[in-house]
Amino acid sequence: MSRYLVRRLLLLVPVLMGVSVIVFLVLHLAPGDPAEIMLGSQATQADRMRLRADLGLDDPLYVQYGRWMGHVVQGDLGRSLWMRRPVLGEVLTRLKATLLLTVTALVISSIGGVALGILSATRPNSLLDRTSAVASLFGASMPVFWLGIVLMVLFSLVLGWLPASGMYAPYGGGDLVDLVKHLALPAITLAAASITIVARLTRAAMLEVLGQDFIRTARAKGLVERSVVVRHALKNAMVPIVTVIGVQAGYLLGGAVLTETVFAWPGVGTLMVQGILARDIPLVQGCVLVVALTFVLVNLTVDLLYVFLDPRIRYE
Amino acid sequence: MLRIMSRNRLAATGFAVILLAVVAALSAPWLPLPDPDAVETPNRLRPPLSPGHPLGTDEFGRDLGSRLVWGARVSLLAGVGTAALAMLVGVSLGILGGYYTGWIETTVMRLTDILMAFPYVLLAIAIVAGLGPGLRNAMIAIAIVGFPLYTRLVRSVVLSVREREFVEAARALGSGDLVILGRHVVPHLVSPVIVAFSLDVGAKILATAGLSFLGLGTQPPTADWGSMLATGRQFVILRPHVVLLPGLAIFVMVLALNLVGDAVRDALDPRVSYD
Repeated sequence: MSRYLVRRLLLLVPVLMGVSVIVFLVLHLAPGDPAEIMLGSQATQADRMRLRADLGLDDPLYVQYGRWMGHVVQGDLGRSLWMRRPVLGEVLTRLKATLLLTVTALVISSIGGVALGILSATRPNSLLDRTSAVASLFGASMPVFWLGIVLMVLFSLVLGWLPASGMYAPYGGGDLVDLVKHLALPAITLAAASITIVARLTRAAMLEVLGQDFIRTARAKGLVERSVVVRHALKNAMVPIVTVIGVQAGYLLGGAVLTETVFAWPGVGTLMVQGILARDIPLVQGCVLVVALTFVLVNLTVDLLYVFLDPRIRYE
Repeated sequence: MLRIMSRNRLAATGFAVILLAVVAALSAPWLPLPDPDAVETPNRLRPPLSPGHPLGTDEFGRDLGSRLVWGARVSLLAGVGTAALAMLVGVSLGILGGYYTGWIETTVMRLTDILMAFPYVLLAIAIVAGLGPGLRNAMIAIAIVGFPLYTRLVRSVVLSVREREFVEAARALGSGDLVILGRHVVPHLVSPVIVAFSLDVGAKILATAGLSFLGLGTQPPTADWGSMLATGRQFVILRPHVVLLPGLAIFVMVLALNLVGDAVRDALDPRVSYD
């Protein structure tokens, strides 16, 4: 197991290198001169040349990449051109908000999805089962940003139950209750599509397991149905369910960008979009790298979880 | 196609919706619609069913119905074009990576691994950041993050077909790579690729609308469902219809595409059970 872990961690290096090369190239081959953006249109040609030389923008690309990577491995993601602050600190602060949103959405979609899936599998073709099939079709077709706006109009503007945007109330907020209230709408919006995916997959996995011989045996020896479903069937259906939840974790991390924008949630997504519109290359690079690293670590965690769920899986 | 539709009423409805949208989008210049970009400030934010504006107007007094129809041209083209681009690149690389072993296979597979190591929305945004906002760049970005799906699918099919007897026989008869690929391998790819494509167009419409919503896709004043939603957002309290209508258009269109896509999959993929 530890050998497998070491190998997996080593394999992360080329993937992350590739990620960094793509991020670097994409943003450096871009049209537009960062020096001009920083100085504004009033600056003279000489000012721009001096700033370009100071920032090292005149060096060949591989030199710039090497210098950038040299700093990145030391934890220095550069300074934001727009905020004039170190990128790493800014991104990590925002990452906390994004992770809070993503993890909450993941918990909602996992618990909700698995529960719905079990109920659908134990009562196939019931009203609930058919409703959940329709909901999954709707979930795959609905733009998440639109759903967010609709929920915001309904629960914030019409009913006035929940705040419409931000993470804390500007005055008198800041406690846990305030945070939960602000978190509710974005988390539900983000979780909506994946709850239906998790539910459909749980249903399929449970139906397959429930048809197997050991389930009949469990029933035959007189176990209550609850115990058959939860202890015998669900445990054996867990591997595909964890896989899809892992995929959803990555999807939610990326999809958070849109949800954050709708609800003005102060996460990495909104920071990155602001960075793009301000043409702040170091900031965008930092955001993408940190989120990609998080994503890769999530995938690794999911792979390791399999071993605990199914002892038959051995990585050697 | 007709056979699928007659068996499945939902898919038939979906197909009718798509057909209607495509016809409306194609014939937009000849339909009796007001100019979608004509600003009429006295008529700002009129609710639906106003005289002269059956679906109301937006924040500049532009006719919403007309913008929805003209927007359909952009949104549909973006969805189909992006999916087609992703398919073209993905299928070509999948054939190369599946048929040729050695460095070609390694390069193709590592490239898809790296692209798949990103959350795809994020990568698309990063690419648009590099290329600059705009519809064409948004489409390129989404096609880049979308092609590994096709590459994986096609490579797996090519890998299995490559080992079959008829390929070996063709090779023994002295056929070159191009003949083997064109005559014996590619025909096996048609139905899985059609299934993947028909399910992909809706997802690509959602993705391009998402980038437009963030201000990274279509630029004003061009109408596109995603950007209409984005600009209408500020007026949602006053007049919810400026946001509800474009969102509904995206939702209904993607739902219709998914219904048809599911039916195509059921018809072409014998492994799928009808549960």
